[in-house]
Amino acid sequence: MLTIKNLHANINGKEILRGINLQVNEGEIHAIMGPNGSGKSTLSAVLTGNPLFTVTEGEVLFNDKNLLDLAPEDRSREGIFLSFQYPVEIPGVSMTNFMRSAINEHRKYKDLDPISASDFLKLMREKKDLVELDNKLASRSVNEGFSGGEKKRNEIFQMAMLDPKLSILDETDSGLDIDALRIVANGVNKLKTDHNACIVITHYQRLLDYIKPDIVHVLYKGQIVKTAGPELALELEERGYDWIKQEVDAR
Amino acid sequence: MSIEQSYVELYKEHQADLKKPCSDLLNAGRDEAFARFESLGFPTTHNEDYLYTDLGVPFSIDYGLNLNRLYIPVAFRCDVPSINAYLYYVVNDSFYVTQEQPVLPEGVIICGLNEAAQKYPELVAKYYNRQAGRDKAATVAFNEAFVQDGFFMYVPKGVVLPQPVQLVDIMRSDVDFMANSRNLVIIEEGASAQLLECAHTQDPVQFLCNRVTEVFVCENGSFEYYALENTHNKTTNIGSLLVKQEASSNVLINTVTLHNGLTRNNIRVDLDGANAEILLCGMAIGDKNQQIDNFTQINHNTHHCRSHELFKYVLDDSAIGAFAGRIYVAPGAQKTEALMTNKNLCATPTAKMKAKPQLEIYADDVKCSHGATVGQLDEAALFYMRSRGISVQEAKLLLKFAFAADVIENIRIDALKDRIHLLVEKRFRGELSKCAGCVICQ
Ligand SMILES: Nc1ncnc2c1ncn2[C@@H]1O[C@H](COP(=O)(O)OP(=O)(O)OP(=O)(O)O)[C@@H](O)[C@H]1O
Ligand SMILES: [Mg+2]
Repeated sequence: MLTIKNLHANINGKEILRGINLQVNEGEIHAIMGPNGSGKSTLSAVLTGNPLFTVTEGEVLFNDKNLLDLAPEDRSREGIFLSFQYPVEIPGVSMTNFMRSAINEHRKYKDLDPISASDFLKLMREKKDLVELDNKLASRSVNEGFSGGEKKRNEIFQMAMLDPKLSILDETDSGLDIDALRIVANGVNKLKTDHNACIVITHYQRLLDYIKPDIVHVLYKGQIVKTAGPELALELEERGYDWIKQEVDAR
Repeated sequence: MSIEQSYVELYKEHQADLKKPCSDLLNAGRDEAFARFESLGFPTTHNEDYLYTDLGVPFSIDYGLNLNRLYIPVAFRCDVPSINAYLYYVVNDSFYVTQEQPVLPEGVIICGLNEAAQKYPELVAKYYNRQAGRDKAATVAFNEAFVQDGFFMYVPKGVVLPQPVQLVDIMRSDVDFMANSRNLVIIEEGASAQLLECAHTQDPVQFLCNRVTEVFVCENGSFEYYALENTHNKTTNIGSLLVKQEASSNVLINTVTLHNGLTRNNIRVDLDGANAEILLCGMAIGDKNQQIDNFTQINHNTHHCRSHELFKYVLDDSAIGAFAGRIYVAPGAQKTEALMTNKNLCATPTAKMKAKPQLEIYADDVKCSHGATVGQLDEAALFYMRSRGISVQEAKLLLKFAFAADVIENIRIDALKDRIHLLVEKRFRGELSKCAGCVICQ
């Protein structure tokens, strides 16, 4: 589904991603872990086409399309979704209008007519229930004044609405209380099928107890330096990153 | 020959024509007003109140004036659905008598200004030029010198108009054309009314409209005034809205410049009685080379009055916006509350906004604040929306719409609010500049 080859990316001339290689197949869940500042969010930003970053080298194929040639909106319409580490507040734009625009643009891309008002309401209700999103939140402006946890829940709600092929969850667990973590993780699991895939960026095993990864990667200084099974996450939880850093820095 | 000189010649040659169809009341101050205009001249950018708008330029065009009072028929349909208003028209500077005049509540008078001055000279004399006379602007003097007609509205003591009044101004001419029309609105003690004035242009010629609107709201009166401009790019619109408020009166003014050429609005509000309250809002949407200059002045002439002011501009392409918000608090005007906000969005680097709040406060126990901001579209928000599949154009539209929303929220007529919502959205989508048959704004 997703093939990343030797991906390099800069921000303001500073190289952050320094040759990423990654293969994600249908039905898989990948976890990406790694110390602060190692480039995890940068990778998700580059995959979604954030104009702040410049790709200097490498290639990304998404279902045989050259992802880097697509505008951010087309990447979304092709089925890529990012749950932001820091969701953006948009005062004055209601969640309803925002979601309706997004859904209709996705439909237009597939040559479908705009969604009917009643179908839209039904869809909203169904997906709100999935992540137990408060009705009051859905009637407010996008993320405006939402608490940290509410914002994360809202991200997964949007994911449920858009039904992506590849979801990238960037620290979706941070800011969630224990109950919310379970609810949100259950939501993600319910959306999981054999035909979609998920990249979970996290610092903690806690989330991976719920969303069970097939493969765990460690990103360090802009490269994937270690890839293993789910046991790697447990080992990191116990030992931290020093041993990996030493291994890499010794190379 | 200077621009002013050509108008001096015009006035000398045609003053008899100007006066002939008009009531004594409209003629009384004409010569003196013209002399005042002559000594002032048109304001240029050397005038500190006109830093961004040179009115000498639009006046230099050779316009036709309807001095012979020819009847100009129009065919125009207003398109605010389900507003249920008392509907009136002013074509150029003439009150347009339609076959069916609305049936008004007892005592309410709505007619042409010239007709009112002839039929009700005492009533009109009590107000005409009383508020305009306080204003020193050359354009107001010019209007007084050339005025022939306009719109008159009188709501007597205690009468509450059950429906809004809608006034449609249409500029209609086959040659470049100037109109100096004049409106007079009187809301007596405890009376209440809503007025919606829509300004349109119908023909692809150069128009200049120099309109003066005097509004008197007496004690405990309440008045809402919505001014909507939807004119073409070859229009110069100079509007002087001069409002006098007595004690405990309540006024809402909301001016929306949806589409225009060059617009200069002078809005002056005198709070002359204690506990008078004004909410003054405005929105301006500009693109291409449009220019919108709102100059507002609120005078707190006495104690315990409240003024709230909110103006928002959304400028695209090479549009120019200017806003001056002057607040004057007279000595002794204690317990004044004057809050002013001006927020502007420049969607391109070539769009320019000049904002100038000005407070002049001569009382100590007051609550005054002002703030002006100029910003761009929020890049992070744009990316967030795009990452959900929303196109750049749609994302920008949503942000602009969100930005303008609170001014629209201050419209208290639901049908009008819905209509403006739709018009603003169309405008942001670029659909509004393509009026059927118009070749100017494509
Ligand atoms: N806008 C920016 N300007 C300059 N440097 C940036 C910017 N965004 C990110 N960086 C830098 O890029 C590097 C990688 O940041 P990134 O956010 O990808 O890390 P991360 O792995 O997601 O970290 P964390 O675990 O703390 O979320 C950091 O050194 C960061 O300071
Ligand atoms: Mg991060």
